[in-house]
Amino acid sequence: MTEPLIKIEDLSLGFTAKDGRQAPILRGLSLELAPGETLGIVGESGSGKSTVALAMMGYLKPGLSVFRGRAVFDGNDMFALPEKQRARLRGSSIALIPQNAGQALTPTLKIGQQIGEALRLHTALTAGERGIKVLELLNRVRLPSPEDIAKRYPHELSGGQQQRAAVAMALAGNAKALLLDEPTTGLDVTTQAHILEFLRSLAKELGVAMIYVSHDLGVIARAADRVAVMYAGMLVEEGPTAEVLRAPNHPYTRGLLASIPRLGEPGIPASMPGMPPAVGSELTACAFIDRCPQARTACRDGVPQLERRGGVRVRCPFAGEPAPEHVTALREPQVQEARALELRDVAISYHKPGLMERWLKKPEPAPTVDRAGFILKKGETLGLVGESGSGKSTILRAIAGLAGTRKGSVTLGDGESLNAPVAGRGRETLRKVQMIFQNADASLNPRQSIGEILMAPLKLYFGLKGAEAQARAEALLEAVRLPARYMPRFPGQLSGGEKQRVGVARAFAANPEVTLCDEVTSALDVSVQAAALALLTRLQKENGSSYIFVSHDLAVVRAVSDRVAVLYQGRICETGPAEQVYAPPYHPYTQTLMGAVLEPDPDTAPILLANDMSEKAPPATGCPFQRRCAKRIGSICDTVVPPAQELQSGHVIHCHIQMSGTEAEKIGVAPELLPAE
Amino acid sequence: MPSLILRRFSFAAFTIGFVSIVMFAAVEALPGNVCTSFLQRFAQGPRLERCIEQQGLERPALVRYGDWAAGAVQGDFGYSLKKRKPISELIRERFRNTALLGGLAALLAIPFAIFLGIAAGVRRDRPLDLSLSGAAMLAMTVPEFVTATALIYVFAITLQWFPAVTIVSPGAGFLQMLPNIVLPVIVLSAVLIAHIMRMMRASVIDVMASDYVQMARLKGVPERRIIWKHVVPNAMIPALNVIALTIAWLLAGVVVVEKVFNYPGLGTLMIQAIYDRDLPLVQAIALIFSVIYVGVNLLADLAALALDPRLRRKGH
Repeated sequence: MTEPLIKIEDLSLGFTAKDGRQAPILRGLSLELAPGETLGIVGESGSGKSTVALAMMGYLKPGLSVFRGRAVFDGNDMFALPEKQRARLRGSSIALIPQNAGQALTPTLKIGQQIGEALRLHTALTAGERGIKVLELLNRVRLPSPEDIAKRYPHELSGGQQQRAAVAMALAGNAKALLLDEPTTGLDVTTQAHILEFLRSLAKELGVAMIYVSHDLGVIARAADRVAVMYAGMLVEEGPTAEVLRAPNHPYTRGLLASIPRLGEPGIPASMPGMPPAVGSELTACAFIDRCPQARTACRDGVPQLERRGGVRVRCPFAGEPAPEHVTALREPQVQEARALELRDVAISYHKPGLMERWLKKPEPAPTVDRAGFILKKGETLGLVGESGSGKSTILRAIAGLAGTRKGSVTLGDGESLNAPVAGRGRETLRKVQMIFQNADASLNPRQSIGEILMAPLKLYFGLKGAEAQARAEALLEAVRLPARYMPRFPGQLSGGEKQRVGVARAFAANPEVTLCDEVTSALDVSVQAAALALLTRLQKENGSSYIFVSHDLAVVRAVSDRVAVLYQGRICETGPAEQVYAPPYHPYTQTLMGAVLEPDPDTAPILLANDMSEKAPPATGCPFQRRCAKRIGSICDTVVPPAQELQSGHVIHCHIQMSGTEAEKIGVAPELLPAE
Repeated sequence: MPSLILRRFSFAAFTIGFVSIVMFAAVEALPGNVCTSFLQRFAQGPRLERCIEQQGLERPALVRYGDWAAGAVQGDFGYSLKKRKPISELIRERFRNTALLGGLAALLAIPFAIFLGIAAGVRRDRPLDLSLSGAAMLAMTVPEFVTATALIYVFAITLQWFPAVTIVSPGAGFLQMLPNIVLPVIVLSAVLIAHIMRMMRASVIDVMASDYVQMARLKGVPERRIIWKHVVPNAMIPALNVIALTIAWLLAGVVVVEKVFNYPGLGTLMIQAIYDRDLPLVQAIALIFSVIYVGVNLLADLAALALDPRLRRKGH
């Protein structure tokens, strides 16, 4: 092997507690990277993966210090280097592509200025040459009309464009290594797939080393040659990506892979019990022991060493033993014939015409959501999927009475109308519709104890008080598998997964007929997500509840839903039983979405059908997907609303293309492909 | 962009017009009229008639408002009842004096406070920040008439560097006026600096923790350039509103401070006019203050537009 470009040697770093105790975030980490190699660092929140990446640049977040070890980049000991020299390397030889480009670009400086700044710092170009080079860089990251982009401010770019601009900035100084901190998290699936394919081709073209930091094994599987799996500040497994993903050795890696829902597999993935050790805690045994299905007494004798097994390094002495099978639990829905909720031809608009617009009688823009209609049966889960701006959350808000409907009707199973806004609904109506929010953190009052949070709806809807309410609240906690001793605790004392459980318990306190789940697992780690999905499924079975489950993650929706509706720009493109929506024939948009999903499988590649342009508003006439559709058949797509083609047992596709001739286009397995840009 | 600026301007003009209506209506709503409230128990016979004629009170209210508003736009606010002179004449020099006092205080305090706020924010929790924040706390809690009295005791009575109260005429020249405004300017600036500095500090600390500042560090941008290019413009945006609000406070502070130092400005004139029940004069000064208030907020809005490209989008 040639001299490594990056060499991390036994690096421990962390913060020093008030009592002088050293609380490590990284625990004796060693890692090497050859020039031009691509490494993926994967782990859940708190595993220290971002800290490793920043350490490669010699950067510590405020409050952290190095306890032991070094980080060597290109022959420079990054933490021993004087600040001036370190600053010279940063952004030139080793550059970062940030997690959220939208927030990592200074809002008051134009894109051109920010790239120019990097050039000014790291090259000897004159001002005029810099201007030309900026355009070259913007062209290299394949941004349309570089002259125009250079003059824009960050907020005037779409998410994908911002990410590309950040890449252009990182390329300004002829980098030998690029650090990518969750480079596609927060982007829509299609944008994510496009950016990733672009980064792959860039790595090949320039021969730079790339370090991907991500919680998403799908991203790593697609982008990295080698993968390092981190747990509690340590490497637990490291080796060639294909090898690790096909035959994971460490129980944590196995558990992680098993907890990811797959497009092709219905049912709830296996979850890992327990939680990782707290950041900075002292370790005397294997860090994974509490969650490991193979744990035994020998695991208590100190932290295991990283051992070589073929091409892979594993931190588990029992990695060679046959592992227990992780199985996905098939859902057994008990869907009744009776309806829980019905939407009929609903239109929702946030647009409020101003005084001037009313005077001038300006035509109203097309509503945010239009022609939305579906039936939710009792005991059923309806999944709503789509990219950001597809109107899926808007529909939930309308059902909850948080957004007004312009047209159409929303009715509960007993015929009760839900057209009134939340303020105009009676208590009983409010009780019947409950919502679980994406961000459990923000939806729980930080100044109320868990007990108070759960007893509030009990008092409001059922008039329960005192010991009775207490007992019921404890039963609710029990139902979401939280101990009763959590009652006096405050939300701040709970982990993300626990908070989401409290959110679920609060919704069930009302004994609702319809529960609206808005991206409830999006902020959770995959292992916690699997547990949350299992919880929702179990509660549904026990109570016969009906869910509307909104998510941008197609695999998660597949896992929990009986029926699925695919939305684009607030219009339903395709709806039907999950197994039929997730199989051909597809609506062109469904096909685009499915093709862009990255699975943690080294043998699949995304299929990029449509471009990743983001649309701000739905088109006034015709098909909502007309501007991006790869299968557009003509002007009819622009002018006529596509007809609903019913294929079988409620599977409806809204498209002008004749769907009855079953074209079996497979999704998910593709030959090596060129980016369709 | 030009339409946005135009919209801000027309909104400001609309606000001032509305304020003038409210002020005029308030006086109309009082029992009696301007003349009866001025003359009190002498409000009868030829005196009252003369007053009513001079003020033109026999005309309907709407016509009088139109006259008053049209005059005010041209700088003519009618006649003072007490001083029996055109108000514009009374106000001219005093306006200059107050503008000198308030303007100087704002001009010195704002840049200084912004600079201190940046310094304190960048050196958060270090000795410089702690002492600056402590001093700001003190300046904010002590009322300005106490600060003024203390300064008079030290600098005017004990050290005798500056006059304790102003004894020059309102029309005195700038150089003659200068020694008289040093202490009032200090009193006014102290509170201004404290408020603006604290806001700027908090804002700088927020921005320093942002992703884009970390990104700039990881891009290899030197610290000094990070502060001036990446932190300050962004930290200024939320601070602008506080600056505008503090200037509004300055208008009230001016009245108190002028009174304490017996400074011949609009504030002392306003207090005198209230004593004298000289309502046309009170109205005129109140209108001038509201124009300043709206003007300052307009400036803050325009500065925010200049600083923050996100505001320049259409639809804002």
